[in-house]
Amino acid sequence: MNLRAAGANPSRLDTYASLIGIRGFEERAQDLFSRSLIRGSIHLGIGQEAVAVGARLGSRPGDLVVPTYRGHAYALAWGMSFDAAFGELLGRVTGCCHGRGGSKHFADREKGILPGNAIVAAGLPIGCGTALADSVDKRDRVTIVPFGDGATNQAAFHEALNLAAVWRLPVVFLCENNLYGEMTPLANAVRIDRLADRAAAYGIPGDQVDGMDVEAVTGVVGEAVHRARSGDGPTLVEALTYRFCGHMPGDTEPYRTREEVDRWRERDPITIQRERMLRAGLDEGDIRSRDEAIASALAAAESAALAAPPPDLSDIALGTAEWMEWER
Amino acid sequence: MGAMTDGAGRTLTYREAVREALWLELENDPDVFVMGEDIGQYGGVFKVTAGLLDRFGPDRILDTPISEAAIVGAAVGAAMVGKRPVVELMFMDFAFVAADQLLNQAAKMQFLSGDQFRVPLTIRTQQGVGSGTAAQHSQSLEALFMHIPGFAVAVPSTPADAKGLLASAIRSDQPAIVIEHKALYGIKGQVAEGLYRMPFGQAAIRRPGSDATIASYSRTVHVALVAADALASEGIEAEVIDLRTLVPLDYDTILDSVARTGRLVVAHEGHRNVGPGAEIAARVGELGWRDLRAPIRRVCGLDIPVPYAAPLEAAWLPSAEDIAGAVRETMGSAVPPQRA
Repeated sequence: MNLRAAGANPSRLDTYASLIGIRGFEERAQDLFSRSLIRGSIHLGIGQEAVAVGARLGSRPGDLVVPTYRGHAYALAWGMSFDAAFGELLGRVTGCCHGRGGSKHFADREKGILPGNAIVAAGLPIGCGTALADSVDKRDRVTIVPFGDGATNQAAFHEALNLAAVWRLPVVFLCENNLYGEMTPLANAVRIDRLADRAAAYGIPGDQVDGMDVEAVTGVVGEAVHRARSGDGPTLVEALTYRFCGHMPGDTEPYRTREEVDRWRERDPITIQRERMLRAGLDEGDIRSRDEAIASALAAAESAALAAPPPDLSDIALGTAEWMEWER
Repeated sequence: MGAMTDGAGRTLTYREAVREALWLELENDPDVFVMGEDIGQYGGVFKVTAGLLDRFGPDRILDTPISEAAIVGAAVGAAMVGKRPVVELMFMDFAFVAADQLLNQAAKMQFLSGDQFRVPLTIRTQQGVGSGTAAQHSQSLEALFMHIPGFAVAVPSTPADAKGLLASAIRSDQPAIVIEHKALYGIKGQVAEGLYRMPFGQAAIRRPGSDATIASYSRTVHVALVAADALASEGIEAEVIDLRTLVPLDYDTILDSVARTGRLVVAHEGHRNVGPGAEIAARVGELGWRDLRAPIRRVCGLDIPVPYAAPLEAAWLPSAEDIAGAVRETMGSAVPPQRA
């Protein structure tokens, strides 16, 4: 299901629908995981939805995204269907990667979604490369590369920001600062308060934005996208956000207090957008009917995925070179 | 060197042959571009890319910062959206700096995306021992790329192969690494004119022989040929196989040869422990054991880092005498193993 009409200026209600679609998808993912229907692990971004949706709205249809393993929100914001997303979570042939990748590696070439990357900061150099291709081919396209605060301490972050700066690549580095690198508090990992300040080391702009406010993110990412598309090179955007859930299922969260989580929940991006719509005079009934439409679309997609077959064993080597030897 | 010439053409150095493949592929396809450290204005530390910047300009010949992870990562990203990047990794040893992008990213993107994104990336690098470059600039790391599924691995020993295998790597829709040898850049050989592509997975018999098989690649092929000459003077005819690519690997040619000779020596510069020779010996043991008349022998770089001082370095490297000794041993001659 496309959460927003391509190319159109989305109404606040459409933006809200994107947010609740992602939230609803991830809550269902949580439930499926607790029922042992999803393998491995899942990394949810419940609470962080406004960053992905704002990034989408601040860019243009056709712009690329290089998500991380906490990437469901970006895939859905970029237009991946609930069917393809649930199918991949459940390892079904109907999944976006036909069950090869799972939760961490959602990808959709047609929609400009590069594979989610499960190595912290690995997407930054890759995003430089898509931007480099567009730059040398004079293509009017921008690459958005989201990553967590933890990624800013990887060597790949440094190499990529420097390379993008030197070559003035059309890329936006979008840091989701949720205060914890996996389970480690940011204060234990860096000695600065503003991660956006790191941009100065590369001679590029660094902006900070309220990552719980989808319209604020749209604005700041939009400016960065504009700079990139105009040939003015990359920007580091730091979105201040928070994940309401653990890093992964089973995370006992000894690193933060219940009070801290509750304080951030008061700034739930969905509530912020809902209240903004009500203040602007939107009819509460319209909002509620959108809630219901999304909920039923999610339920239908989940049921369809559960009923879909697993990938065929004869196709185990899909996506490998013909010369690769894989028979036992 | 008579056995080492391939086809008609002009005499080129290995270096010139690599450059010619780059040149022709750059002319042939606007999506091909070359990037790496000091490859443009400077022409590369081994001067392989000299002249390319003047001919193809800075949008196709990209000098990069010293950032191997970003260079390889950017090439992966560009390849995923349709370009055909050729990265020069100045020394194979630097692959470790870019290991994530090479082995977790390039090698896996097509598979984990369910065949949506291909990575037509070529890595060109050089490795090997012979000029006193010591422990961090001499390693032979082809086994790493054999172990992780995803890369085609080419290890040319001649100018003609260096050109033809690189051209095939650039045309491949999957990642490929072409591993040159730093001691081979100056050797000369016949190279056909124009663009030609050499199929992966086709070994060449560089010298026919009926008594023992020596399987080798890259510079060690030349050492094996010297060994074979010495053995011939003793009445032992060794067949020398140049594998040309390690992934895919032409086991048929090895097995056919072993069916005739009954004896196999695998010779390479890479470390013995879990090296290419271990895999080749295992496969021949599994598939060709009925033909074997003696245990398979491996002659490899020592399982210690590469030393600097000339006599130490020479002792580290498999010599023609080491290879000849291993062949004699398979023949049942009373020669003790060269390397315990």
